Amino acid sequence: MIRVENIHKSFGEEHVLKGITTTFDKGKTNLIIGQSGSGKTVFLKCLLGLFDPEEGQIFYGEKSILDMDDDEKRDLREHMGMVFQGGALFDSMTVEENVMFPLRMFTKKRKEEMLHRVNEVLERVNLTNANKKYPSEISGGMQKRVAIARAIVNNPRFLFCDEPNSGLDPKTAILIDNLIQEITKEYDITTVINTHDMNSVMEIGEKIVFLQKGNLAWQGDNTQIFKTDNKDVTDFVYSSDLFKKIRDIQLKEI
Amino acid sequence: MKFLADIGSYFIMLGKVFSRPTKASVLWDLILKEIDELIINSLGIVVFISFFVGGVVAIQTALNIDNPFIPRYLVGFATRQSVILEFAPTFISIIMAGKMGSFITSSIGSMRVTEQIDALEVMGINPLNYLVFPKIVALQLYPFVIAVAMFLGILGGWAAAVYGGFNTSDEFIQGVQEDFTPFHVTYAFIKTMVFAFILATVPSWQGFFMKGGALEVGKASTKSFVWTSVLLIITNYIITFMLLS
Repeated sequence: MIRVENIHKSFGEEHVLKGITTTFDKGKTNLIIGQSGSGKTVFLKCLLGLFDPEEGQIFYGEKSILDMDDDEKRDLREHMGMVFQGGALFDSMTVEENVMFPLRMFTKKRKEEMLHRVNEVLERVNLTNANKKYPSEISGGMQKRVAIARAIVNNPRFLFCDEPNSGLDPKTAILIDNLIQEITKEYDITTVINTHDMNSVMEIGEKIVFLQKGNLAWQGDNTQIFKTDNKDVTDFVYSSDLFKKIRDIQLKEI
Repeated sequence: MKFLADIGSYFIMLGKVFSRPTKASVLWDLILKEIDELIINSLGIVVFISFFVGGVVAIQTALNIDNPFIPRYLVGFATRQSVILEFAPTFISIIMAGKMGSFITSSIGSMRVTEQIDALEVMGINPLNYLVFPKIVALQLYPFVIAVAMFLGILGGWAAAVYGGFNTSDEFIQGVQEDFTPFHVTYAFIKTMVFAFILATVPSWQGFFMKGGALEVGKASTKSFVWTSVLLIITNYIITFMLLS
């Protein structure tokens, strides 16, 4: 579980995060949603320890990442997996080398053992026969799957995803969403996904945190989001006619 | 103020390069890769430029000796002095600031733009040690490149002088051996080592701290060349003043 207490983050005069308090539960897909510029990415980078907030605490278990020394942070990060928006695959490495990278860095496994594990996770993300290809030689959806495979290869306790299905066609996006949710359950990890994809919200939003202008405007799950009368949330989530209709149907059923 | 902040960030970066080392087996592979990319891949251009510039130095010297009292072997002597003292260590380093430096800046800058550096950091890896330290180690072989440049510069001078009809081979070789001061070679290699450190770290610094997208990667590469060249020239002046004056 990750517990966030009253975090504030500014860049110069710009106050980006204005006192966010929430928790992200283990074994659940936790979603951070909000408009562009609402502070989602900054929030995610604070969770990862890439940005230090000026105020507040982010607890991983009992200890706040802000009170950890470099060694403790490094130990914690060995248990984190991250799927970046663009994949962030190392373009000088093949798919196999990319996925093997965390194992090479943090384990003392023999090469055969590492290869076995790499093949296992590549199979898990439904990506076979691409081991020797370079990231530039595979599609965006495949790159995302490689990024997921790299993130989970070392059995992380925390999985972070920044816009995991941006730039993907709707079918591949759903596949990626489902894959992340399955992995979260299978490995019983705490998953935090930064998204503004409404399909993801409906499909896998077991906990949804809605940010607006740096404030936590609403939190709940994908069933509560249909019922909420919070205008900011409904304006954002049901901005398209299609989602308005879906909401009406859902409310009638309820 | 910005200038002071830039200098500060460079030295802070240096501190981080030597902290939290990467796993030894991974580091070794990275060093070998950097030796290939930075040293071996630079040899072609160094061989080409050294040979022909050495030749030009010899021809220019020969054409400017019109006094019959000046011995002809001076062509070999002047070529040796020019090549060992300045051409090989300084001129080649400035060319390397363009070739090697822009490669380093653009490769690290591209990693920054595509979040690969963030990925390293999230994994708990010290990106500066992972990316910059292997380059510093690989460039410990840079004096080898300069030694090749020295040899080929003088060889180019010999070929131009002999086959251009300015000197006999014996005259040129006599000039190369005349009044040889071994310390000049030591001086050249001392400054080569300093230049190697500048070539590894300044372009890395420009790439690592760049902000923006693909266009900024290009701008950072240009800026990196300017900064590296200026630093090489200033350092050359200081070292020459300290060791030779």
